[in-house]
Amino acid sequence: MEKVSHKLSLLWLNYKKNKAIYWMALPVVLYFLVFKYLPMYGAIIAFKDYSVGKGIWGSDWVGLQHFRDFFQSYYFWRILKNTLVLSFYQLLFGFPAPILLALLLNELRNEIFKRTVQTVSYIPHFISIVVICGMIVDFSSRDGLFNTIIEYFGGQSSALLSDPANFRTMYTASSIWQELGFSSIIYLAALSGINPELYDAANVDGASRLRQVWHITLPGIIPMILILLILRIGGLMEIGFEKIILLYNPNVYDTADVISTFVYRKGISESAEFSYTTAVGLFQSVINFTLLVGANRLSKAVSNTKLF
Amino acid sequence: MRIKRSLGERLFGGANAILMTGLIIVTLYPLLHVLNASFSDSGQLMAHRGLLLFPKGLTLESYKLVLSNPNILSGYRNTIFIVVVGTALNLLFTILGAYTLSRKSFMLRNPIMLAIVFTMFFNGGIIPSYLLINNTLHMGNSLWALIIPGLISSYNLIIMRTSFQEISESLLESARMDGAGEMLILWRIVVPLSMPVVAVMILFYGVSHWNSWFGAILYIRDRNLFPLQLVLREILIQNSTDSMTTGASAVDKEAIGESVKYATVMVATLPILFIYPFLQKYFVKGVMIGAIKE
Repeated sequence: MEKVSHKLSLLWLNYKKNKAIYWMALPVVLYFLVFKYLPMYGAIIAFKDYSVGKGIWGSDWVGLQHFRDFFQSYYFWRILKNTLVLSFYQLLFGFPAPILLALLLNELRNEIFKRTVQTVSYIPHFISIVVICGMIVDFSSRDGLFNTIIEYFGGQSSALLSDPANFRTMYTASSIWQELGFSSIIYLAALSGINPELYDAANVDGASRLRQVWHITLPGIIPMILILLILRIGGLMEIGFEKIILLYNPNVYDTADVISTFVYRKGISESAEFSYTTAVGLFQSVINFTLLVGANRLSKAVSNTKLF
Repeated sequence: MRIKRSLGERLFGGANAILMTGLIIVTLYPLLHVLNASFSDSGQLMAHRGLLLFPKGLTLESYKLVLSNPNILSGYRNTIFIVVVGTALNLLFTILGAYTLSRKSFMLRNPIMLAIVFTMFFNGGIIPSYLLINNTLHMGNSLWALIIPGLISSYNLIIMRTSFQEISESLLESARMDGAGEMLILWRIVVPLSMPVVAVMILFYGVSHWNSWFGAILYIRDRNLFPLQLVLREILIQNSTDSMTTGASAVDKEAIGESVKYATVMVATLPILFIYPFLQKYFVKGVMIGAIKE
């Protein structure tokens, strides 16, 4: 008790000395309270039968009912599987791609060529997802660009986007196309931070380029790779759903419907099952957070790199 | 000193260069295809199959249709409002947060920072946020719903705070001795010294406002308030080009619709592609500031 009052009086002194700072921080604190923390409070409707009239607090408690309904529903396995598979594809193909690009760019001797590749590869990042998806839809149509190429190589043209078998490939490939260059910036920055003397020493020792990549370049960017990997794993259940909403249609729900798109459909666009979909969303957030903390622990244990 | 390269190294170098050239082609070709198609005559475009290396029958017809379409025009107007007002408010709030959280004398600095970082990893979810903005704050169907809920990006706040922390404390202290208040110090000393980071923030916030559409789908019901990307979505994804092809026959409609789509893509993307070369050095720097230190 005494400790608390001591702290409070220190805080009061600090406030009197730095009044201006406190007042300047107020709008920022309010912003986070209202738009980030109030929704966390609002998430308790996952345990209630929320009705707009009664409000968040006034609605009746139902305990874990919505979670039980979700786990037993037909959709549970479908959207869980789709979310994990799409995320896993992104992790397996999308995560190493920019690392590989950065390593290859690093080996280019011609500075102008290197800059050109970089400049071009960043462009797609700045194009809106609506336009990207518009292009995908157009190129995938029966007489679109992709089918032309498929036919050229002796394949059959088909309505690419209405076939569930194609969705994951399309999603993953287009994401890599869009973000490959921009994501590599971070690794290039890490690469430029490696001490050049290490390479000189390796040259003197007669190490080949490949050995130098293996023993100097890679270890130099491993901490960066691990941090980004932790973040990726923490977001494993969160997949870029804006793109899915733009690309999917009921024909491909079998492979395309993920947790977030399901929440959006059942909670906002098609029906308004607020409590149920909040429970589904909360399930996703909790798993995400657990994965993040787990990945962070693991990384700390194996390599001493950690996010927090 | 240049060490002679072995055969293996030269082979690798050659293969690498070919691969990188391939990357350039794969990245640029789809954009070139759209550009060519947008200048093409709609009839010839429909008949054509395969790669487009040049426009088919150069014409500006589809651009005329797009730029005279009322939906596109109001979309442009709304988006420009969101980009300008939104980015200005983003900057103001982010600068205030970054400055106060970079002052060592501010006792609540660490707990507030922790609370902010926590929100990057855990959130209440889409439905509670939607209910708050739409039902509790009654911001639905107004452009403010696309601006206010996103006033600060925690990631950008951290980047800016890192940069503010590097300004020497003694410089600020001497200004304080001369009787400058915190606001004056912030706007006259700290912000001018941090212009590269401010430029990065303008770019990050501005591009994200320009490209965003999902907020509008949640909150905007009035067609006159649709931002450009939502109009684009109707034209590109839902394939409704009717508003631009009124009066044409069904066959013509389909043909014109095709080239109109491509022109629409260009109209929505060109502004960003035009400013892109001027901003490149800034965003590279921004990503690096955000990445290296923390």
